[in-house]
Amino acid sequence: MSAHPTSRQFKDNASRAIADKQLTGNLKAVRQNFIDKRLKAVKELPEFEVLRESAKEIKNHTLAHLDLYLEKYEAKVRESGGHVHFARDAAEARQIALDICRKVGAKTVTKGKSMITEEVGLNAYLEANGIVPVETDLGEYIIQLRGEAPSHIIAPAVHLNKNQIESDFRRVHTHLDPARDLTEKTSLLTEARAVLRERFLAADVGITGANFLIAETGTSIIVTNEGNGDLTQILPKVHVVMASIEKMVPTLEDVSQILRLLARSATGQEMSCYTTFSTGPRRPGDVDGPEEYHVIILDNGRSAMLGGEFQDMLRCIRCAACMNHCPVYHQIGGHAYGWIYPGPMGSVLTPSLIGVDEAGHLPNASTFCGRCESVCPMKIPLPKMMRHWREREFERNLNPAVARYGLGFWAFFAKRPKLYAFSTRLAMKAMKLLGRSKGSFSMLLGVGAWTKYRDFAVPEGETFQAKWKRERGGK
Amino acid sequence: MTEARDSIFASIRRSLAVKGDERIRAGIVEDRLDRAPKGIIPTRAQVDHGEKLELLLKKLEGVQATFARLENAAKIPAAVADYLRSNNLPATIRKGDDPRLAGLPWSETALEVSDGRSDGHDLNAISHAEAAIAETGTLVLTSGHENPTTLNFLPDNHIVVLNASDLVGDLEAIWPRLRKKFGKGEMPRTVNCITGASRSGDIEQTILLGAHGPRRLHVLVVEG
Ligand code: SF4
Repeated sequence: MSAHPTSRQFKDNASRAIADKQLTGNLKAVRQNFIDKRLKAVKELPEFEVLRESAKEIKNHTLAHLDLYLEKYEAKVRESGGHVHFARDAAEARQIALDICRKVGAKTVTKGKSMITEEVGLNAYLEANGIVPVETDLGEYIIQLRGEAPSHIIAPAVHLNKNQIESDFRRVHTHLDPARDLTEKTSLLTEARAVLRERFLAADVGITGANFLIAETGTSIIVTNEGNGDLTQILPKVHVVMASIEKMVPTLEDVSQILRLLARSATGQEMSCYTTFSTGPRRPGDVDGPEEYHVIILDNGRSAMLGGEFQDMLRCIRCAACMNHCPVYHQIGGHAYGWIYPGPMGSVLTPSLIGVDEAGHLPNASTFCGRCESVCPMKIPLPKMMRHWREREFERNLNPAVARYGLGFWAFFAKRPKLYAFSTRLAMKAMKLLGRSKGSFSMLLGVGAWTKYRDFAVPEGETFQAKWKRERGGK
Repeated sequence: MTEARDSIFASIRRSLAVKGDERIRAGIVEDRLDRAPKGIIPTRAQVDHGEKLELLLKKLEGVQATFARLENAAKIPAAVADYLRSNNLPATIRKGDDPRLAGLPWSETALEVSDGRSDGHDLNAISHAEAAIAETGTLVLTSGHENPTTLNFLPDNHIVVLNASDLVGDLEAIWPRLRKKFGKGEMPRTVNCITGASRSGDIEQTILLGAHGPRRLHVLVVEG
């Protein structure tokens, strides 16, 4: 799937998504799973709050010295026998990746889950040039079969249910017995494992992203649960890492701080199953591992965000907590946002990367409830930055039609009482939960954010609408 | 290529309003890389060895890994044979040439032992861990012919030997050990931090074990 945006049609996309009963049904999994799991993991680590502060400082420090850390990192990768390539934009990044594949005569390329390769539209480009890219993360594999983009940054197929996946497998895996039983979720997993195992062993090049790059040692890190990223990078002759400039951290100690936040915020795990540190190619005496190791470092608009009002966004570690807690995302899913980064982080990042002309509507996709900021492990002030975009949009567009269109979004959400009620109910529930566990209101994370942007009454446990319904005995 | 590199660095420096040759900035960066200051270390990991071991075992259970405690390394082959038998698995095992595994009484068991990396056709493999982290129940394995990385991912059943004396409390405690062994600023090609068996939540957010990596993870903790 290429990274061609449809964010201009956000309003239509969103209306269509809300009307899609199957989609809204499937999206319940986001609310039901991610929120409680994260909360449990956070409660079990008393240091979570101070770690957020620590991680924020580490990233701020890194960004303020990014040129120097990048130089250190680059020198370290070369020392360990790896190659470093720089790409200003998506086209350069695609070309470098293609050239590396061509040089080794690659026919198939396995891929670990990577938002950056989605951002640059790598798969479509490789395909157009006669190289077959194979996504190996189960969710990415499923959406690749469907020709779709991911709808969530860590759960790319969260918009689909088991039956939809089963029919895709039957449609594509035609070499298998048509009468086979795929009613259990485990049989779907087992089938994908067997099909992809062959692809792993046959691939000429493996391409992964990186969750972090470490300046101290020239190391790239991937974090996965399936183990697909590891098979992608250890089996083929060549391992290519594609990562954007802000993935940098100074030291192993620094990345350890942030790793404590990542899995907890993403899936509620204390650590994901596989956190893998890779430094250069196969060493003398090694019996496995890639013979070549390349890193493609992508800018694509990020260097211009430094030093400005959107710099904080470069702290993002792509944990997805903001979208998992976003009432708008819960209702419309990821595809409606029209580009690969959905939810609050996408509403801030997308206009920076592809421009306000394309994505100027996204910062309106918010009820300004403040949940995203309160759960963001990197303390990114997402609502504030969405407001910055709106202000810019407003100043830029004295064109009344466009301004009206922007304002139309308030009406769009206000006219959907279900969505509005849901977002306020969620806010109340969270406040109560937190209030109960800590006792003191002033300490509550998130409340600050809410009251900054919204005029919320002190919660009495229920919203007015919920009370009204209960007292009337209706549903 | 160098054009892209130069223009990215120029753009970063323009945005940060720096030239890149400021002594103070360079000093700050050198100092951080040199000192590698520790941040916040969870108190749960700052306990004595016995409690660390208890914590590790509890965390292993929490990620659906199993374990057995052994008095000494000589008991490893029999423990492997037991594990495979009790799970109805064939009596085969692949390993690297780690001397800590090579010198064991394998011939006293009925196990068929093979050596070297996996080509994807091995059901069972055994590796020796470099260390483990009690805080999260994480095993730390390093690459090399002693313990080939393919053994960590291709076989269905992965058995990992841990010397209890290699157990540390927190993630940060791994790094001084590796620096001592490999040199400051150096890393083995791959460091795998493994926390439980392979899993996926991609079908309706239901966690299923055995995605692409091992379906089972079994840890042999050697205490003597
Ligand atoms: S903005 Fe924050 S919560 Fe959202 S993905 Fe990034 S780090 Fe996670």
